[in-house]
Amino acid sequence: MNSKKQTRFQFCGWMVVLTFLFGFTTLQAQIVEKPEYGTFIIENVDIYPVTAEVIKGGVVVIQDGIIEYVGSNVKPDLTGDVKRIDGSGYRLYPGFIDSETQLGLNEIGAVAVTIDAAEVGSVNPEMIAQTAINPGSVSIPVTRVDGVTNVVASPVSGLVSGTGSLIDLYGYTPEAMSVDQRAGVYINWPSSGKRGWWDSRSDSDIEKDYKEALDQINELFNDARAYHAMWEAIESGDLDAQPAVNAKMDAMRHLFTQEARLVVRVNREKDILAAIDWANEQDDLSFVFSGVSEGWRVAEQLAEAEIPVIATALVTTSRSSDHYARPYQNAGLMANAGVHVSLSTFNTENVRNLPFHAGYAATYGMGVEEALKAVTINPAEMWGVADKLGSIEVGKHANLFLVDGDPFETTSNIKDVFIRGYRIPMVSRHTQLNEEFLNRDATN
Amino acid sequence: MTKQLSNVVKGIFIMVLMVSYGHTFAQPTTYSGPQTVLIKNGLVKTITQGDLPNTDVYIVNGVIQEIGQNLSVPSNVSVIDATDKVVMPGIIDAHSHLNTVSTNEATSPVTAEITIKESIDPNDVAMYHALAGGVTTINLMHGSANVIGARNATLKLRYGADQFGLQFQEAPQTIKFALGENPTRVHGQGTGVQPRTRMGVERVIRDIFDDAIEYDRKRQEYLSQKAAYERRPNRVSPPVPVAKNLRLEVISDIIKGNILVHCHSYRADEIVMLVNVFKDYGVENYTFQHANEAFKVAPELAEAGANASVFSDWWAYKFEVYYSTAYNAAILHENGVNTSINSDSNELIRHLNHEAAKVVRYGGISADDALAMITINPAKQLGIDEYVGSLEIGKHGDVSIWSADPLSIYAINEMTLVDGQVLFDRAADAADARLDRAINYDQSYKDLQAQVSEEVRGRQDDACMEDAFILFESGSQMEQAHNH
Repeated sequence: MNSKKQTRFQFCGWMVVLTFLFGFTTLQAQIVEKPEYGTFIIENVDIYPVTAEVIKGGVVVIQDGIIEYVGSNVKPDLTGDVKRIDGSGYRLYPGFIDSETQLGLNEIGAVAVTIDAAEVGSVNPEMIAQTAINPGSVSIPVTRVDGVTNVVASPVSGLVSGTGSLIDLYGYTPEAMSVDQRAGVYINWPSSGKRGWWDSRSDSDIEKDYKEALDQINELFNDARAYHAMWEAIESGDLDAQPAVNAKMDAMRHLFTQEARLVVRVNREKDILAAIDWANEQDDLSFVFSGVSEGWRVAEQLAEAEIPVIATALVTTSRSSDHYARPYQNAGLMANAGVHVSLSTFNTENVRNLPFHAGYAATYGMGVEEALKAVTINPAEMWGVADKLGSIEVGKHANLFLVDGDPFETTSNIKDVFIRGYRIPMVSRHTQLNEEFLNRDATN
Repeated sequence: MTKQLSNVVKGIFIMVLMVSYGHTFAQPTTYSGPQTVLIKNGLVKTITQGDLPNTDVYIVNGVIQEIGQNLSVPSNVSVIDATDKVVMPGIIDAHSHLNTVSTNEATSPVTAEITIKESIDPNDVAMYHALAGGVTTINLMHGSANVIGARNATLKLRYGADQFGLQFQEAPQTIKFALGENPTRVHGQGTGVQPRTRMGVERVIRDIFDDAIEYDRKRQEYLSQKAAYERRPNRVSPPVPVAKNLRLEVISDIIKGNILVHCHSYRADEIVMLVNVFKDYGVENYTFQHANEAFKVAPELAEAGANASVFSDWWAYKFEVYYSTAYNAAILHENGVNTSINSDSNELIRHLNHEAAKVVRYGGISADDALAMITINPAKQLGIDEYVGSLEIGKHGDVSIWSADPLSIYAINEMTLVDGQVLFDRAADAADARLDRAINYDQSYKDLQAQVSEEVRGRQDDACMEDAFILFESGSQMEQAHNH
C-alpha cells in the first residue's frame, strides 16, 4: 500500500467514524425530535370536552397516556415528576379524526412505488391497510401538528378495496399506532351512471356493468355469510369439519361479528338510494356510507336508514347545475335531517385541512357545535371507539391539542399536541424548511 | 314547401321551448356592460391605502370615481347597503385553467405561436362559482406540457359575455413557460425529443431565444430592404424574402419585454437557471408559477426582481414538490419577493380568501399582506395593477362584499361586482347558475370518487397537464383525462 492510498484509507476510516458520531445525530434531527412522555398537568385552560359543557380556566391531567382528571381549577394531588403546562389564553380540544384518508399508505402521488393504497384485484377484503402504514411518512408530522391526531387509512382500488385501519398519528411501528386495524371493509359501490365526462361507456354498457357488479356483491356476501355460519358452527362444536381456510372469506367474517363496519363509497343520488335498499336487506352488517356528495338530496332516507356517513366540504359541485355552495352545505343538510355525519378531507398530504372542512360546513348550515362533533365524537362513535377517542373525558386516550383560538379559524395557531399522552414536538418538514430558509444567508 | 313548413314549425317549437326554459329556471345575471352604483357604508379594505370604516365607494360607468364617507350621488343611482359588511377589491387569480376548452398543445417543446385566447369557453358555470368566491379576474393559462407553451389570456369574469367580451382589454400579453418534470415527461420520455432532463430544458430556451434574435435581425433587415425597394423599385434590387415566423416573433417579443413570462417551476435549481437565462437575454418582470421551492432561493429572486405565484399549501403530489413548505409564501414575502396565492384549481378558486389566510397561519404575515397576495400582488404580476387589485379612484369597479373579515373561515362573500355590475348576489342567487345557452350542452356530472382520484392521482401532475397525457399509451382512461 503506497502512502497516497494509505492516506485515502485512513481518510475513509475517519469518515466512517465521523458519520457515526455526527451523521447519525444530524439524521435524527432531520426527522423529528422525540416526544415527551410522563405526567402532564395543563392548567388555566378553556376545556372543550365536546360531550360536556365548556370549562373555562380548567385543569386536565394526563397520566400513562390517559386523561386522568378533567375539572375546574381544583388542583388534584399529584406527586413525582409532573410537567406543568400553562394553558392560559388557550383552548383544549380532543384531537380531530379524519375517517377517510390514505395517510401513511401513499407518500408521493406521482411516484407509483410510493403508493400502497391500491392493490391489484377486484375483491380484496384481506388487504389490511395497517400492515402497509409507514410510520415514517413525512406527511404524518405535517398533519398532526395541525391538531389531527387520528385517521383511518383506507385502501382504494377495485370493488372491495380492503380493510381500513384507524391509527394514532404517532408511533414507531404500525402496531404502536394502531387503534383498530379492522375499522372497516371498504367497497366502491358500482355506479349506475357515468362517473364523469371522461366515462365513455354507453348507457347499456353502464347498466350491464352495474348489474354485473351488483350480482358480484350479492354473491360475495352470500358466500361470506355461509362461510361465517359454517365456522360459527365449527367453533361452537355443532359441526365437525376441517374446511380449507379462505383468507378473503376470513376477512369478511369480521363484518358479521360487527368488529368491522362495511364502508360503502357511494355518491350519486340514485346510487345512494340503491345502496340504502341493499343495506336494508343486510341486517347482520353495520354500515357506513362514505363520499355521499349527493347525500343532501336523500338526507331523509339516509336518516331513516340510520346509516352514518363520511362527507367532505371543500370540493366542486357534482353537477354543473348544482348551487355553488352545495358542497359546503351537504354535511349540514344531512346532519339537520338527523344523519350521523363525520367529516373528512379524503386526502393524503393535506389531511391537516380537516379543521377547515369543518369550518366551511359550520358556516354553511351545520353550525359550529355539530361540525365539531363531526371531527371528534361522531367518528369515534361511528368506528366504535367512543370509549377511547373523540372527547375530553376521564379514562379516554390523551389525544388532545391546545390552540390559541377557534380551531376552525384558518389564522389560529396550534401550540401543543398530545397523542396517547405523548407531547408531540411541533416540528414537521414544513416547519423545518421554514426554520432553515426564512433567514437564509444570502451569500451562500 | 312541406319541408319548409316543417322547418318553420320546428323553429317555433324550439322558440317556445327556449321561452319556457327561460320561465322555468331563475337565471343568473349576465354581463351587460359597465354600470354606475354606490356601495354605501362598508368597511372598505383598499389594500393599498388601508382600511376605511363606514365608507362609500362610488362607481361610475364601471370605474371608481370616489371613495369617502357620506358621498352624495344622483338620486337615480342604485345603492348597495354595505353596513356591517367588508368591501374589498375583486380577487385576482394569477394561475387558472377555469374555462379553457383545451389546455395543452403538447405536440412540441415550444408552441409560442399558439394562444389560449382561441380556447376560451364562455359558457362554463365554473366562472359563476369563482365569482361566488369573490374572484373577478383570472390568468387563463396554457398548460405545462411544453417548455414554452402558448400565450395566456387575462380574463375578467364577465359572466354571460362571449369569449371576446371576457378578455381584459388593457392587460399586457403573458406567456406560459414550464420547467422540470412536466415538459421532460411529455417530450423527452413521451415522444423522445429534447428535453428529457433539466439540462435540456435550459437548452430549449436558450436555443429558441438565439433563433429568435437571429430571425428578428434578418426579418427586420429584409423588411427595411423591402421598404426601400418599394420606394424605388427601379433603382434597388428586390431583397430575398425572410418569411414571417409567428413562433419566433412571439419569442422575440418576450426578449424585447412586450410579453410577460409566467413560468411553471418547482425546484430551486431550475428557478435559478431561468433567472440566469433571463439575465443573459435581458428579460425582466417575470413570474414563477407554483414555485414550491422558491423559498430556498428567495434572496436571489428578490435581487432579480422576480415575482412568485404559489399555492398556499399544496405539496407531495409529485417528487419535485416533496421538499415543500406551506411557509413558502411567507418566506418569499419576508425576503421582499412580490408573491401571490393562486388556485390552479376550479375548487380552490372558490375560496382564495381562505387560501390567503393560510399564509397568516403558516408564517404569521399580517392580514393586509395576506389580502394583497390575492389582489394587488397578482395584479402586478399580470401587469394590470394600474386598473385593478385595489380600491382606488380611477380603477375598475371590481369589488367583492363580505359578511365578515374575508380571512375568517366564517366569512361569506355576499356580492361580486365586475365593472360596477353585480354579477353575483347571494340574496338573489339562482340555484342553477348555468347560462341559458349552456343548459342543454352542459350536463356534466362528476362524483366524489372522480374528484378524489383527481386529488390522489391527477394532482400528481398539478392542474396543468390536461390534454397532455393522451400522448401516453399507459395509464388509465381516468388518468389520461384528469391530468391538467
